[in-house]
Amino acid sequence: MNPPTEPDLGTPASPLEETVTIEIDGLPATVKSGSTIMRAARESGVDVPKLCATDSIKPFGSCRLCVVEIEGRKGYPASCTTPVEEGMKIRTQTDSLARLRRNVMELYISDHPLDCLTCSANGDCELQDMAGAVGLREVRYGFDGENHLDAETDTSNPYFSFDPSKCIVCSRCVRACDEVQGTFALTIEGRGFDAKVSAGIGENFLDSECVSCGACIQACPTATLMEKSIIDNGQPDHSVLTTCAYCGVGCSFKADMKGDQVVRMTPYKDGQANQGHSCVKGRFAWGYSTHKERVLAPMIRESVDDPWREVSWDEAIDYTATRFKEIQKKYGRKSIGGITSSRCTNEEVYVVQKLVRAAFGNNNVDTCARVCHSPTGYGLKQTLGTSAGTQPFESVMDADVILIIGANPTAGHPVFASQMKRRLRQGAKLIVIDPRKIEMVRTPHIQADYHLPLLPGTNVPVVNALAHVIVSEGLCDDDYVGKRCDLDSFAAWKECMLKAENSPESVAEISGVPADDIRAAARLYAKADLGAIYYGLGVTEHSQGSTMVMGMANLAMATGNIGFSGCGVNPLRGQNNVQGSCDMGSFPHELPGYRAVEDDAVRGTFEKNWGVEIDPEPGFRIPNMFDAAIAGEYKGMYIQGEDIAQSDPNTQHVEAALGNMECIVVQDLFLNETAKFAHVFLPGTSFLEKNGTFINAERRINRVRPVMKPRQGMAEWQITQNLARALGYPMNYAKEAEIMGEIATLTPTFSGVSFDFLDEVGSVQWPCNESAPMGTPIMHVDQFVRGKGLFVETDYVPTEERTNRKFPLLLTTGRTLTQYNVGAQTRRTPNVVWYKEDLLEIHPHDAETRGINEGDRVSLTSRKGDITLSAIITERVQPGVVYTTFHDPETGANVVTTEYSDWATSCPEYKVTAVQVAPAVHRSKWQQKFDKRASEQGKILETS
Amino acid sequence: MTESVTVFVPNETAAVSLGANEIAERIAVAAEKNNVEVNIVRNGSWGMSWLEPLVEIVVGNDRIAYGPVSVDDVDSLFVAGFLQGGEHDLKLGPTADIAYLKTQDRWTFRRCGLIDPLSITEFQAHGGFAGLKKALESGTEHVLEQVKTSGLRGRGGAGFPTGIKWQTVASTDAGQKYITCNADEGDSGTFSDRILMESDPLTVIEGMIIAGFAVGASKGYVYLRSEYPLTQQIFGKALKVARESGWLGENIQGSNFSFDIDLHIGAGSYVCGEETAMLESLEGKAGLIRFKPPLPAIEGLFGKPTVVNNVVTLGSVPDIVALGGSTYDEYGVGRSKGTLAFQLAGNIKRGGLVEKAFGLTLRELIEDWGGGTASGRDVHAVQIGGPLGAYFSADQLDTPMDYEAFAAVGGMIGHGGIVVFDDTVDMAEQARFAMEFCAIESCGKCTPCRIGSVRGVEVIDRIVANDDREKNINLLNDLCDTMIDGSLCAMGGMTPFPVQSALKYFAEDFNK
Repeated sequence: MNPPTEPDLGTPASPLEETVTIEIDGLPATVKSGSTIMRAARESGVDVPKLCATDSIKPFGSCRLCVVEIEGRKGYPASCTTPVEEGMKIRTQTDSLARLRRNVMELYISDHPLDCLTCSANGDCELQDMAGAVGLREVRYGFDGENHLDAETDTSNPYFSFDPSKCIVCSRCVRACDEVQGTFALTIEGRGFDAKVSAGIGENFLDSECVSCGACIQACPTATLMEKSIIDNGQPDHSVLTTCAYCGVGCSFKADMKGDQVVRMTPYKDGQANQGHSCVKGRFAWGYSTHKERVLAPMIRESVDDPWREVSWDEAIDYTATRFKEIQKKYGRKSIGGITSSRCTNEEVYVVQKLVRAAFGNNNVDTCARVCHSPTGYGLKQTLGTSAGTQPFESVMDADVILIIGANPTAGHPVFASQMKRRLRQGAKLIVIDPRKIEMVRTPHIQADYHLPLLPGTNVPVVNALAHVIVSEGLCDDDYVGKRCDLDSFAAWKECMLKAENSPESVAEISGVPADDIRAAARLYAKADLGAIYYGLGVTEHSQGSTMVMGMANLAMATGNIGFSGCGVNPLRGQNNVQGSCDMGSFPHELPGYRAVEDDAVRGTFEKNWGVEIDPEPGFRIPNMFDAAIAGEYKGMYIQGEDIAQSDPNTQHVEAALGNMECIVVQDLFLNETAKFAHVFLPGTSFLEKNGTFINAERRINRVRPVMKPRQGMAEWQITQNLARALGYPMNYAKEAEIMGEIATLTPTFSGVSFDFLDEVGSVQWPCNESAPMGTPIMHVDQFVRGKGLFVETDYVPTEERTNRKFPLLLTTGRTLTQYNVGAQTRRTPNVVWYKEDLLEIHPHDAETRGINEGDRVSLTSRKGDITLSAIITERVQPGVVYTTFHDPETGANVVTTEYSDWATSCPEYKVTAVQVAPAVHRSKWQQKFDKRASEQGKILETS
Repeated sequence: MTESVTVFVPNETAAVSLGANEIAERIAVAAEKNNVEVNIVRNGSWGMSWLEPLVEIVVGNDRIAYGPVSVDDVDSLFVAGFLQGGEHDLKLGPTADIAYLKTQDRWTFRRCGLIDPLSITEFQAHGGFAGLKKALESGTEHVLEQVKTSGLRGRGGAGFPTGIKWQTVASTDAGQKYITCNADEGDSGTFSDRILMESDPLTVIEGMIIAGFAVGASKGYVYLRSEYPLTQQIFGKALKVARESGWLGENIQGSNFSFDIDLHIGAGSYVCGEETAMLESLEGKAGLIRFKPPLPAIEGLFGKPTVVNNVVTLGSVPDIVALGGSTYDEYGVGRSKGTLAFQLAGNIKRGGLVEKAFGLTLRELIEDWGGGTASGRDVHAVQIGGPLGAYFSADQLDTPMDYEAFAAVGGMIGHGGIVVFDDTVDMAEQARFAMEFCAIESCGKCTPCRIGSVRGVEVIDRIVANDDREKNINLLNDLCDTMIDGSLCAMGGMTPFPVQSALKYFAEDFNK
């Protein structure tokens, strides 16, 4: 069933509430004051012709097709640029208008190729539609005059082509790149008839600043900007509405299909997280699901040195169950466990944690949030009472001051970053706290008011210094705190913040941030009417990650910035369903809904529903699993959709742990790093084959709908269910909706959720229950979830990871736009054209003293290990700090990261590693071992 | 050593292009050789371009004019004793008595040629800054009232009532407001803005400051076309001189009103003379037209309330404030109040600037002042108002110079440029030029202008080549209607006027 068509109303909606009454072609219409005539007409069902207007961008007035006649006014005003007025009488069709529109169309077509029938936009071209609508029959100018038909097509971008011979210079692409995306990569070069769209100064698209988000293609009314997949395949025959499987923005997309083949992913305009926008990954990098390296049959092997053997599902499940039972018999009930995927649907994740609790009989279940936002869970639960973000994305449009801490939205959450940039271009102020000069600091028409480039590891002192200024200068919102927060904790917190060690002057010394900037930034945030904090893994992946989360919550509470639109504490969750995976209780200490497994009452309801006893003792976190494995106590693991061997820190430690285990089951799309240590490989499904729900960073539950049946023959929840049954626990869901039904029954924050409800409303933000039947966009509105907000003292405890003469630099890590996380998906798409390998960013001073030039191979060494990679020299990093990404298994960035982690949640301290960098020639020892193993595993595969 | 003789040699683009700088140099050299002391003053131009370079000598209480002088005439002038007003073929007598000048209504341009443009003393001695003084004394309401009463209409070409424009900006609530002066004088045959800016720049500056005071703006920008380099030099110096003497900048003349002006140079685009394209260009963007509403008076430069006024409009303001709006209102006819500086150009015997109250006829300008064509042949066609103005035939020369009277016959006074053609002109060629000019200068934003102008040239070529002539004439008319009705601005919207006037009144040229 196709998703409802999204009408194009021509110009953006008016923000005003009042209405006016007008007359369109003799019939009355009541429309919002401030609307354009075009919008008013189209809302009333009168499709005034248009070419240069589209409702995602401001009107332009270029094409002159949308002209109308207004009683009492002479001339033919453009309806896209004329606002309605009370009592206005408009005619959209008259003989003069018809003639004028036809003549304008005639001019367009006098400079346009006449190849409609073989054009890739045939059937989906607004120029074609308009020529038909105005009744164009002839081009009296002939076709021998000046034209642009010889213009050359630019096919540099792997996903779309730009054919200027079909361009009508409506500037929709330029305006979309400006207003929607905020990259300003396109311009109109030249004047008059020579005017043409240009991606930079005489560059092609690939060499320009274009980030391949697709907004220009969305906006283009002709075939000028067109997806290569449509050029190759033709127009789709149906669409399925689903949700992207990349990051925590959770964009809604229409999968445009021909049969069961995806020909395009089109961002859905009514998507409540993305409103019709997309980024290069969701829009174009979906080819991995049909990549040749997809494993489509289950495989088993007795030992990791044996070749893989393809087997039937039954055999694979039975083998797994048998091995797990044997291990538990030999090593104890707690010797096996599981990891749920933060990429799989809630339904798929729920059944895995149920498998562990009901079939394994323990609580050894964890998820990737362990290594990213677990401190958010802890910190926000402590202070506010709920471990999730407080606002929807659109709240940013009401913010006066935006404070980004330890996040790089343009790389990690591109579609949300575009929305944030829109607010910033309107005039909101910006403070960026990050060791690097991230793009947001200086980007077209935006400049951060303050960039505090702190040294990695000094988050807490800096947030304390901000608090010091706010408290000492009397900038707290005492009214708000008095009504809503716990006053004893507030008093204690204030005393703590006023300590001398928290003064900007003291903190300047350890953090490298000038005291004046700290003061100014603090004042800017505190004095704002609405100040919003957005943060990422630069906050959580530290030894004091939880402390820092609480530090930010303290700041927000003290300044009255929680509970309204435009403020809040917003964790930018990384994965498409990490929020959901946490919500589903993929924690060793919590059942679904963040309720302690030790709580008898809560555990009781689950036991009753599941018909089984649940272990009251919390289980292993992932780092504990590794330690236990090395100690010989943890021998079996069921890993759903996570590549711990690549993404977890201190790779050699992880490999040792995995090597010491007896039955590792990997359920994934491709043979990954973890699979090299596995004994059972259960092929999983991509999001295009899943039926379920994802939850994004806004707590928004969105539907994932399958466009094709599972390529490996079985839905992932069915795999888990079969395993549970083979282990002796009767799990008997008939379909995914049933699983959600059970979740809703057992989880008060989800009790109103069902597939039917989601199909009806599109998406909903939990809590969704009787007290909030339509969901909860903003949390803590009347009071905090825990009652009174709690201030927690945040004393600075420096990480034990220190620089010294041997390791004088600090390494921090992060993301890029075009590669995603471990790269399993994006490395198998044309995105590699932008980013082929992990690179080390190093400051010119540090490079020079080491004799390193741009592009040189360098060794990156820490006390845990070393790797060799290529260097790029940039002032994005400061002297003393280097940076890299972890997309490429061959590079092995995590060989270098340490075992230090957050005191409360064990979230690894990826962001602070003491390292040395030097020119290198060979691949490091670990990398050579990797190469050997990769070729061995490769060899093994061929013989199987 | 006798007393020093004051010699005026104009520093003005037309005069300079005809050797005025070399003449000044030669006079200095010759004076020294002749052991005479001369004080050479580089004044502006009186606007009698047909007499440039016009060299004047102060003799007693008179200024005696000699012109048009060429550098080779200097020696013979010295021999003739011109420094004492001696007889010479080029002697014209007292400047003030020259009929061309004497019969004008020199108001706004009365100091042009008379004074050293960069001398505050001379400027003030001849009434300069009296308007600004009066404004600062009387307050913003008084100023607005005078401008409204005067009936002053924009001299750039649109003729919009200046008082209403200023009142709109004054009434719009905003922190920052701007005054912009549109000095992108791009119309063919026009030079009044240039002459005023080169010959009496301080009056334009005074007008801008008064405007800023009246509406509450603290900042002004002059957008000067890049093709006027000498104007840039002179006006730039005038700004400096005004600042140094406390008439521009912080706390003007000790008042608590501060206003400063930046001089911004264009980049060779005719369409940047259109106010919204000018604002785009000032903002550093490509000169593309903005749709209206919103009006620049409410949302203009950088989104702030902005006055966009022509050079002469602003130059007319000081007198209006100093003498009162009703004085200005007494000149002119109908709704065309005050004077306009008409510019005679093209195939004309005596080209130049003629400032007159509205109401005289086109014929008077062309024949009495202009002396008919330079070639001596009959006046065949006249284009008034720039390249977007209709061509008048010889039958229409008795039309009075009045905005409404011109509009009634399908013409346009515009900025007052009058370009004369004799009977050797090919009006089909002129019609083609109208389309070609539009194609070259089009900003490219709207379809009827961007593509229509190119097609217009092609269609006219076919008509002239007798290729399906009748069909193409119909097509041309249809295209003209489309451009008039559909264009985003007057560039495309008015290009058809010269074309259609050529088709109507000079059809024979299309039928050769």
